[in-house]
Amino acid sequence: MTDMALGAAAPAPAAVPVAAVGYNEAVVRKSVIAAMFWGIVAFSVGLYIALELTFPALNFGLEFLNFGRLRPVHTSAAIFAFGGSALIGSCFHVVQRTCRTRLFGGDALADFVFWGYQFFIVMAALSYVMGFSKSREYAEPEWHIDLWLTIVWVCFAVVFVGTLLKRREPHIYVANWFFLAFILTIAVLHIGNNLGVPVSFFGAKSYSLFSGVQDALIQWWYGHNAVGFFLTAGFLGMMYYFIPKAANRPVYSYRLSVVHFWSLIFLYVWAGPHHLHWTALPDWAQTLGMAFSIMLWMPSWGGMINGLMTLSGAWDKLRTDPGLRFSVTAVGFYGMSTFEGPVMSVREVNALSHYTDWTIGHVHSGALGWVAFITFGMIYYLVPVLWHREKLYSTRLASWHFWIATFGIVLYVSSMWVAGIMQGLMWRAYDDHGFLQYSFIETVAAMHPLYLIRALGGAAFLTGALIMVYNLWMTVHDRSTEPQTAAKPSMAGV
Amino acid sequence: MAFRHENIERSAILLLVLTLLTVAIGGAVEIIPLFTVETTVERVAGMRPYSPLELMGRNIYVREGCYLCHSQQIRALRDEVERYGHYSLAAESMYDHPFQWGSKRIGPDLARVGGKYSNDWHYEHLVEPSALVPETLMPSYAFLAAHKLDYSRISDHLSTNRIVGVPYTDDEIAHALADLETQADGTADQSALLKRYPKAVAVNAKPGEITELDALVAYLQVLGTMVDFADATQEQLKQ
Repeated sequence: MTDMALGAAAPAPAAVPVAAVGYNEAVVRKSVIAAMFWGIVAFSVGLYIALELTFPALNFGLEFLNFGRLRPVHTSAAIFAFGGSALIGSCFHVVQRTCRTRLFGGDALADFVFWGYQFFIVMAALSYVMGFSKSREYAEPEWHIDLWLTIVWVCFAVVFVGTLLKRREPHIYVANWFFLAFILTIAVLHIGNNLGVPVSFFGAKSYSLFSGVQDALIQWWYGHNAVGFFLTAGFLGMMYYFIPKAANRPVYSYRLSVVHFWSLIFLYVWAGPHHLHWTALPDWAQTLGMAFSIMLWMPSWGGMINGLMTLSGAWDKLRTDPGLRFSVTAVGFYGMSTFEGPVMSVREVNALSHYTDWTIGHVHSGALGWVAFITFGMIYYLVPVLWHREKLYSTRLASWHFWIATFGIVLYVSSMWVAGIMQGLMWRAYDDHGFLQYSFIETVAAMHPLYLIRALGGAAFLTGALIMVYNLWMTVHDRSTEPQTAAKPSMAGV
Repeated sequence: MAFRHENIERSAILLLVLTLLTVAIGGAVEIIPLFTVETTVERVAGMRPYSPLELMGRNIYVREGCYLCHSQQIRALRDEVERYGHYSLAAESMYDHPFQWGSKRIGPDLARVGGKYSNDWHYEHLVEPSALVPETLMPSYAFLAAHKLDYSRISDHLSTNRIVGVPYTDDEIAHALADLETQADGTADQSALLKRYPKAVAVNAKPGEITELDALVAYLQVLGTMVDFADATQEQLKQ
């Protein structure tokens, strides 16, 4: 069953000669470069604001360096600039190859999507530091920037769906199901969450169409599904293409792919209310959110198993292919954070974890461990392919990147677990006389050493990424990686 | 005819339509009832739209990303109610476009910070937080005192809020400019303002130089003070 069905659905493992079809690789190359550039920006700004929380003097009293303005720069750079560029690049790469056709709409439309999206990112980041924000988490840009993104996103959908429609393969490959769900749902969420009325046509300020409790749930319907469809479905699309390619094995189970896809996209949408436990959101909505969050554990792990088991018979490649090592570790982190998420969505656990750094740690085990690692795996695979190199400049450097980054994640996540649980317990601690034991500021002061450890973890992660950029720069520019040249013994077999 | 998933995989349009339907269900079931079930927002006395100066201060709060460190949502948990006051009602943010419940407490909750500290404390604290709280992580907001508040379009702000559902009256929109300047001048007669906006706290701006800091303090001072819980019955608080 497995082999038969995917054999039909997946052209993935068989290499198609590039020249024969003539894919648009230029836009994919640009997206990969943009992803690396924005990755460095996102990690650097993240490190800086982590240091601001450790040493507040680093705010320097300058409005454009204040934590409140830089934090959206960090989150938008990580999710939309780094993650978004990686997703646009991999969507364009995968949809062309699995449909055996060039992108729909011509090179100009694909270029418009790429540059239009980059323009959106730059405008959003500038607007935050200059003091413009709608204050909707992960959707901070004001209305005119939102409108621009809507135009770009519709064009993105047109290119993608158009390419699916003109495919020269009978089946749509599973990675494209996830990419399609990502593109469509993000469009719905973006429009629904950002409805508002501007004060003036010539001014940036707008007021949300909704208020209070309704506004809160709409924002977290958006916020949670930005995680579910941008950071999960999109990157699962990556997993379903690049892991089989790198391992040279078909996807483990076709049937599991089908169940994984439909149950994941159905259940994810319900989970938003778990961000609003014990608040003024009515209890029935909280209970629904919690129940569906727990159910969500199953499709998440189904997907993880499908990704990991694809390595069956190819586990030895983990020793020789550092890109695949990133991808597989990413799936491991995906499994870990999609177990932690349902645990935190239980109301009693959430009473402790909410408002604390436990949430921040959870987000980063997903963002660094899953999103960034699967992207690194994709980039290590794609750069030699796109620039027509025989191999990476140095697998040893890629190995260093892997271990330094993993060390960074461990520091980050464990320090935030301790910080979050400790602060949550301190907030609810009572003394012998029945009074609250700690003032708020005492719980803040107790965070200091953990914030320092977190910053060290972030610095390690950034260092690893810089090593990657150097390695890939050399892969493209050093003569040792050119196909004609014989491989030097010192570079091989690390 | 037996169902075969293959049929979906062979049609991009079918895949697209089914995907959209699948993701629409959860959101619709959870969000639509919040607009239709009448008990979602409690019927308590005291809630009113923000005064013009409070509204402008709120816009500063939104713009500077204060919600990234401060929640405005006291959960129905024993320690929170003891630390911050009565748990937050849905009604208390019914005029908040957008809501500011927040998701992280790097600093304390601000849902009921109104009236807890004096105006002077807020001015000093916002300009140099570490002068009053040495261990604080909060950056200085001294620059707000150097920015003059731009309130030239204040009546447009009120009427835009009316479009999205805040019940500002014609009278309130007509008096928006005067009300803003009155509230910024603690020495002026506040009676007309207080009639329209009970419990509004006047601040002491320098004459003719209302700053963004003045507006922000006026906003902070009204947070969580509108509903009088001594008068509210359990029946009214039921959701």
